Amino acid sequence: MGMRRVAVIGAGMTRFVRRAKETPKELSFEATRMALDSCEMTRDDIDCVVHGTAPDAFDGVHMKAEYLCDGSGGVGKPYTRNYVGGGTGVFAPIQGWYHIASGMFDTCLVVCEEKMSSCQPHPQGAFLTIFDHTTERALGPNLLWIFALEMNRYMQTHGITLEEIAAVSVQNKGNALDHPCAQLGKKTTVKEVLESEVLAWPVHREMVSPTSDGAVALVLASEEVARRATPKPVWIDGVGWTLDTAYWCTRDLYYPRYVETAARMAYDMAGITEPDRQIDIAEPYDPFAYKMLHHMEGLMLCGKGQAPKLVADGVTARHGRLPCCPSGGLLGVGNPIAAAGLMKIAELFWQLRGEAGKRQVPGTPRKGVAQAWGDLMQVGTVVVMGA
Amino acid sequence: MAKRVRSMQDFDFRGTALSADEFSKGKVITTTGEPHAEYAWDCGPAISRYLEELRNGRLIARWCKRCNRTMLPPRMFCELCWCPTTEWRFVRDTGIVNTFSLCNITWDMKPLKTPQIPAVIEIDGASAGMGIMHLIGGCDPRKVRIGMKVKAVWKPAAEREGAITDILHFTPA
Ligand SMILES: [Zn+2]
Repeated sequence: MGMRRVAVIGAGMTRFVRRAKETPKELSFEATRMALDSCEMTRDDIDCVVHGTAPDAFDGVHMKAEYLCDGSGGVGKPYTRNYVGGGTGVFAPIQGWYHIASGMFDTCLVVCEEKMSSCQPHPQGAFLTIFDHTTERALGPNLLWIFALEMNRYMQTHGITLEEIAAVSVQNKGNALDHPCAQLGKKTTVKEVLESEVLAWPVHREMVSPTSDGAVALVLASEEVARRATPKPVWIDGVGWTLDTAYWCTRDLYYPRYVETAARMAYDMAGITEPDRQIDIAEPYDPFAYKMLHHMEGLMLCGKGQAPKLVADGVTARHGRLPCCPSGGLLGVGNPIAAAGLMKIAELFWQLRGEAGKRQVPGTPRKGVAQAWGDLMQVGTVVVMGA
Repeated sequence: MAKRVRSMQDFDFRGTALSADEFSKGKVITTTGEPHAEYAWDCGPAISRYLEELRNGRLIARWCKRCNRTMLPPRMFCELCWCPTTEWRFVRDTGIVNTFSLCNITWDMKPLKTPQIPAVIEIDGASAGMGIMHLIGGCDPRKVRIGMKVKAVWKPAAEREGAITDILHFTPA
């Protein structure tokens, strides 16, 4: 296709916390500064900036990307914001990728920031308007409904148990204990998860990621710049994204077909023909425990309905054959929406460079896949990375 | 010349967590505001007719000739083949529970005394899998099952206003 290779050469992030003292701009600044420092670059080395951030309603700031621009190093540079709901954090590096792959730029800062805590009394209020204003909102829906409806359909279709889903919370929160930025890392048990409050059956409190504040940043570079900048570039081998219809009640929610479509696009580009064998490490999107399983299936890392068995057998554990969410995921590290997705890309970057410290998966992982999802069960965003 | 690699471990992570007390008891400086926005949404030809028929106590769909899909809620074009839809078709006010939840909290995490039962209901007479979101009521929440047959419970005719809430809820058929 005549596109250039693009590498990730630096990454940075802030701690993920329930409520940060720092402003959104300050969080962006800290993550971006760390990303630049990590590859010994300065803002002068950067050709363009991509910012990913979710609804303006979280901050109560109209066109908040313009407001955030100062913090993410965008002043006076070609600067764009993208927003595809929960899929934003994995779409932002895709946008950065095509800025460079196209030949227009040699370096790009990709910054994702979210400060959910400003929205009172609870940031879920920002999501109430995603439902159709005439045919759905009059019924008084809240965001948990759609997850509960989808989870129930997924469980019923394959005969999946609550215990199998609770095991995902146990795994990811446990993994997050080793992440220095994690909000909710803890050692827990299936029993504890199932004894937590039922928010909207079958969703239990301990199966839900928290609301969070935080920022993550990456430095992307063309091959020529990357090879000068670091001995260990991590390549973006494939990217994919799709959007399904907003008529979410007319699709069978048991399977995220939009994730599969996005994954096929990314795998084709990366030359991956057997994802279950060729992918060494995965960061599927896990805002809810069942979602990691659902997305593993959409990413074709296993057959439909087979993901729970991989968790039960330890295959997805950090030391398993196919580690999933070794970072601790959104369930453990936290879920500042756009930043959470980019955290998954940063995790692959550190893992594929062998720099993930206590979280490092064994062996020498060569290929990783990260994915995010959002809106009314619509968006699939997928990135394949290679050492 | 290759530069020195600085790994994640070389950094002291920034971001300062505030405790719930620091925020709620005003130990840190915050400023507040409440934006107010009001809207009036036009419903378009498809949903306007849908609402009119709800007022009449009936459900109406649109048919795509090319896909042979009877679609609910009705729409003036088919999102799959991207052709204009051509026909109105009445469907029944009964259906099957595709999925449901028992929701115990409000959007801002306050407990509900009795659970709400949101559901996706596949409407009889519409194409397979064509569902709408609504509520289930008038039954023991513990008895709701996926695959259960349900029927609409309508508001009395005089109280209907042309809204999705003209159906109070669906109840076991
Ligand atoms: Zn059609």
